[in-house]
Amino acid sequence: MLSVKSLDAFYGRAQVLFGLDLAVAHGEAVALMGRNGAGKSTTLKCLIGLVPHAAGEMTLDGVDIARLDAFRIARLGLGYVPEERRIFTDLTVAENLEAGRRPPRQGSPDWTAERLFVLFPNLAEIRRRRAAHISGGEQQMLSIARTLMGNPTLLLLDEPSEGLAPKILEEIATTVSALKAEGLTILLAEQNLRFAGAIADRVAVIETGHIRWQGAMADFAADTEAQARYLLA
Amino acid sequence: MSFYAVQFLTGLASASSLFLVASGLSIIFGVSRVVNFAHGSFYMLGAYIAYSLTLRLGGGAFGFWGAIGLAAVAVGLIGVLMEMALLRRLYRSPELFQLVATFGVVLVVQDLALATWGPDDLLGPRAPGLSGAVSILGHRVPEYDLALIVIGPVVLVILWLLLNRTRWGILVRAATQDPEMAGALGINQKWLLTGVFFLGSLLAGLGGALQLPREPANLLMDMGIIAEAFVVVVIGGMGSIGGAFLAAVVIGELQAFGILIFPEITLVLLFLVMAVVLVIRPWGLLGKPEAIIPKAAARDVGRPFRPLKAAWRWAGLGLLGLLVALPATAGDYALQVASEVLIFTLFAASLHFLMGIGGMISFGHAAYLGFGAYGSALAVHHLGAPMEAALIAAPLLAGMGGLVFGWFCVRLSGVYLAMLTLAFAQIAWSGVFQWYDFTGGDNGLIGIWPAPWAAGAAGYYYLTLMLTVAALWVLKRAVFSPFGFALRAGRDSRLRAEALGIDVRRVQWLAFALSGAAAGLAGGLYAFLKGSVFPTVMAIPVSVDGLVMVLLGGVHTVLGPLIGAVAFTGLKIGIAAETHFWRILLGGLILATVLAFPKGIAGFLKDKLMRPER
Repeated sequence: MLSVKSLDAFYGRAQVLFGLDLAVAHGEAVALMGRNGAGKSTTLKCLIGLVPHAAGEMTLDGVDIARLDAFRIARLGLGYVPEERRIFTDLTVAENLEAGRRPPRQGSPDWTAERLFVLFPNLAEIRRRRAAHISGGEQQMLSIARTLMGNPTLLLLDEPSEGLAPKILEEIATTVSALKAEGLTILLAEQNLRFAGAIADRVAVIETGHIRWQGAMADFAADTEAQARYLLA
Repeated sequence: MSFYAVQFLTGLASASSLFLVASGLSIIFGVSRVVNFAHGSFYMLGAYIAYSLTLRLGGGAFGFWGAIGLAAVAVGLIGVLMEMALLRRLYRSPELFQLVATFGVVLVVQDLALATWGPDDLLGPRAPGLSGAVSILGHRVPEYDLALIVIGPVVLVILWLLLNRTRWGILVRAATQDPEMAGALGINQKWLLTGVFFLGSLLAGLGGALQLPREPANLLMDMGIIAEAFVVVVIGGMGSIGGAFLAAVVIGELQAFGILIFPEITLVLLFLVMAVVLVIRPWGLLGKPEAIIPKAAARDVGRPFRPLKAAWRWAGLGLLGLLVALPATAGDYALQVASEVLIFTLFAASLHFLMGIGGMISFGHAAYLGFGAYGSALAVHHLGAPMEAALIAAPLLAGMGGLVFGWFCVRLSGVYLAMLTLAFAQIAWSGVFQWYDFTGGDNGLIGIWPAPWAAGAAGYYYLTLMLTVAALWVLKRAVFSPFGFALRAGRDSRLRAEALGIDVRRVQWLAFALSGAAAGLAGGLYAFLKGSVFPTVMAIPVSVDGLVMVLLGGVHTVLGPLIGAVAFTGLKIGIAAETHFWRILLGGLILATVLAFPKGIAGFLKDKLMRPER
């Protein structure tokens, strides 16, 4: 479904991605794991078109997305949930969802605000509140829900676990797993192995812009040596 | 008492037009981050087009209100044209390019309006059915004023509903806050921006068209309203429609009551109100601090400045040698032109010091040129000072102006700061314009001639060359001094600079004074070159000339302003000598230049000729 080949990216003169190869199949959940600064977020931002890449190919369902504007990539079915959440704090919760709404798409449930309130009951209670005045966990849920309103076929999740309490994290993991069970394809950038393990089937480990390890989540979860080398400080 | 109530109503009526224009400016800025100088031109076009349409459509109520509505829509479409043909190509350029491009539009529109409607004021018809006056508390109030008082709040409510109760409004507000994220959610900002320009320009056109029964359409409407609209937006808070309304009412009332005491006081009051609001609420009455939005792509702040290499130093000395030798070959007129180019080089360099080194954009730098010019001229006129003393008075007065204005400006940042500089410059301009007894008003001060030893073209050229080079050297030394390092640190990362113990505000304040003094010296030299001073020396177009020079040269280069000043001043003098319609040519040239060289001439040459140094 998603195919990335030999992706290079730079910030100014500093190269951050070196010939990255990555593939995500239909219905699969892949975790892109690595330390801070390894290039996880940059990879996702290249995919959605927010960071320009220097070289490489990127296709979504066979469509070349390498040279498209972010909004065109999003309209092709790539949903992006940024690490900083970036909800519109001047808007209410319900207005945030409206801002994310796109027409229904084949292969995605036709999301509405009402259906998302079932998935995220917390959001239903605060729908009229300004998003500036909601908690971090609620912001994370809103950010995911807002992107789902675009009826994506592939969801890019950038470190949703960051800065959240374990209980809320568990809630989000359950919800994301449920989305996956309904057929949503997921690419998750994550450092938290417990969280990633609850969602992903496969792991790609990234270190200083290179993919170092790829394989089944179960194998990576068992491989304490690889974990120590690529994840622990 | 009843008289004051009626005066209050007059203030409210003026506030309506001002609110329409300012809200349009505010909406456009909010989403596109473009400070649209052409907004005043759209206001003027609204009045002119409505005038022409009322002639066509006849005098009935349908004709009158139809003309106003159609004029507003027409101006909206002109705004769309500007956005699609011009600004769309510049969104990725530095912010100032868009500003300068819109000023190019101002110049073009001025000449087009002159060619289409002629130089005379055009008095529009009265509003049918509202041409009389009603008696309120024993005083007569024009019915049309009452209509305007109603129209303002009605538009406010419609705008509020549009922005808060429609999907389009939600998308606009989302894109205002975080355009990148809006794009990542599939929102096509191109059409959103075009729509916003339509709405904003329509509001400006409506404001102008509605003004027609109160004041004749004239060619000075554009610059008059734009400064007031900036003041309203700064006081009300950028991007806040409610704030714009509140501020428009404040300004409208201030003018309505100020004029009762004596007209000059309105400016002082305007100044005081703005100062008080900005000290207490730097982001305006209902505004919010400029949000720091995370950007995925790193922002280009340019490479650090470096002292010139030896080869360039020799080239500079060679150029200086040529300049010294110039009087041997050039005639008097050429030497006068050369002196003027030198003066504007210093002016551009002083602005570049504030912008490029200090990171503070000044839309009103002509104020300091004007302070310098008037400092010299007033010293000669009132004190009988000799030229030498008057040339010392110039940078002193301008430096003090920089200290006073800068004290307020450094409390703000970004576009708020820029708009405040413009507002201050406009207040200074009006002060000089209105203070007849002291400054001669628009008759100016004449007979400001240099001392006998510098009276000849060559003598004055040498004086100008000497003082300009000395001042440029001082500025250059400042750039590479600890003061310059602190200034640049504050520009690139205010928080980190403050954490290092740098008092960023103080350093910036001093930069205002130094930059103002340098511009003031240029102004003093200018006064003696021309032998006279007029208020136009500190008007908005001169400020924009300075911006164009700096941008032509490129903000991120030290030599840029020199190249820009030479290119622009030379061109302007050349064009003005050739044709009456110099504005349209100059405006067209500005537009062509920003489209062709989005990095400035020096930046363009650097990219083409030199490999970046590693």
